[in-house]
Amino acid sequence: MADRVAFGPDDRIVVDHLSKSFGSIRAVRDASLRIKKGTVTIIIGPSGSGKSTVLRCMNHLEVPTSGAVYIDGVHLEAKDTDINKIRREIGMVFQQFNLFPHMSVLDNITLAQRMVRGRSKQEAIDVAMAQLERVGIPEQAHKRPGALSGGQQQRVAIARSLSMNPKAMLFDEPTSALDPEMIKEVLDVMLELASSGMTMVVVSHEMGFARQVGSHLVMMDFGEVVEEGDAEEMFANPQHPRTQEFFSKIL
Amino acid sequence: MTGPVEPDDDRAESGLTARWRRLDIKEAPLWLFAILAILALMGLTVATNRSFAQAFEIIIPGVVTTLRITIFSFVISVVLGLIAGLGRVSRNFVLRNLAITYVEFVRGVPIVVLILMIAFVLVPIASRTIGFANNAIPQEARFIVALSLIYGAFMAEIFRAGVESVPRGQMEAGRSLGLTHVQTMRSIILPQAIRTVLPALGNDFIALLKDSALATLLGVRDLTQSARLYTGRTFRFDEAFLVLTFLYLSMTLVLSLLVQYLQRRLGRG
Repeated sequence: MADRVAFGPDDRIVVDHLSKSFGSIRAVRDASLRIKKGTVTIIIGPSGSGKSTVLRCMNHLEVPTSGAVYIDGVHLEAKDTDINKIRREIGMVFQQFNLFPHMSVLDNITLAQRMVRGRSKQEAIDVAMAQLERVGIPEQAHKRPGALSGGQQQRVAIARSLSMNPKAMLFDEPTSALDPEMIKEVLDVMLELASSGMTMVVVSHEMGFARQVGSHLVMMDFGEVVEEGDAEEMFANPQHPRTQEFFSKIL
Repeated sequence: MTGPVEPDDDRAESGLTARWRRLDIKEAPLWLFAILAILALMGLTVATNRSFAQAFEIIIPGVVTTLRITIFSFVISVVLGLIAGLGRVSRNFVLRNLAITYVEFVRGVPIVVLILMIAFVLVPIASRTIGFANNAIPQEARFIVALSLIYGAFMAEIFRAGVESVPRGQMEAGRSLGLTHVQTMRSIILPQAIRTVLPALGNDFIALLKDSALATLLGVRDLTQSARLYTGRTFRFDEAFLVLTFLYLSMTLVLSLLVQYLQRRLGRG
């Protein structure tokens, strides 16, 4: 077994020799990552390369088969870890938005604030409206998610996560389910978020976005991290043949 | 005629076809008219024929018992069904297997047999256990217990299907926000599940109303038992059982129209 990845003072999330199998399929093989505070890490790679699985392990939506994930030094898989306490600090944005269709946009954003953060109704509404303002759609507050466009729904989902004041945000292909003309409005919100210093981990195929805001790039293939490093350097000079091949296909 | 059709003509024609379709006899709810005609005929007979009127007067008080049994059993079985349904989808394998055992047990035995078994075996045992006499529980209460246990198992399957119909991402979104499994179930999954199972619950209410007639097995004086007692005294089978049919059919018709209305409204919303 390789050496344990130590948790440093600048680290927000550390993935330590993580493997995950679904039945006989090995989705992730021995992946190790270090997410530093205030950085934007973009995970790229072909479909089925285990990107989403690694991301989902970062808030324990998937339980690793072996290896470990640490957030602020806390071992997620440890028996005495209260996962709900960790999750409230880590925002998650899904490909399919996963808004709650039976409640208004505002209720979507205030629910967890009140139930988890224990905020008063007015406080939660104030935070929600501020976040809706931030993502540019305060006028949609009283509509049901179903009445919104895909881009608007995804922005609500981002506002919902931000309203919990997370220390990091995970994005699982946030623009893959969107019509082309709505991708930009979501990326713009993420851009603003990145420039505000939020720690972000983004699984994405948006190379333009990755170039613009990515500080760290991770290339995965067949469940393995084949290459990782400074985004600018990797875009300019990919080392691994798989990364080179991938770039040549999609850039 | 194969020449090009003027757009105006085309529109006029399709408008006409649409109007025809609205009048299409195949589209009309003929079954509803037929049932209403049968009900009207029976109602008319009761109103005009003396012996039918007499049967009606003797049988009708049983409706109170029938409705009481139906409503009590429905409320209890919804609660039981919700508990067992949630057990069915629980991650705890003990709870899950307990729920499956209950559901499969009930589904594997005829309703009539279950009613006799519960009323004459289970309830007396329970009654003894809590220190009452074997026969301390009245027959109607025994029947309600039996019917509730049976329908609780049916409704468990409805609730299970309802919960499973909510996309997995809803639970993941709730959990990602830091809500517990129970909190997510209560505030996010169940409200959506209950919405989708409402029509199915309505159908089970109707089925329950019909099965309440089995109370006659225990000699509880509901509609059916009242009719049977009447025939025992008078041998007027035609009157008694036609009136009985009329009464059940009127109730189920109203309820099933209500369920259909509910279904349409939910489908739109």
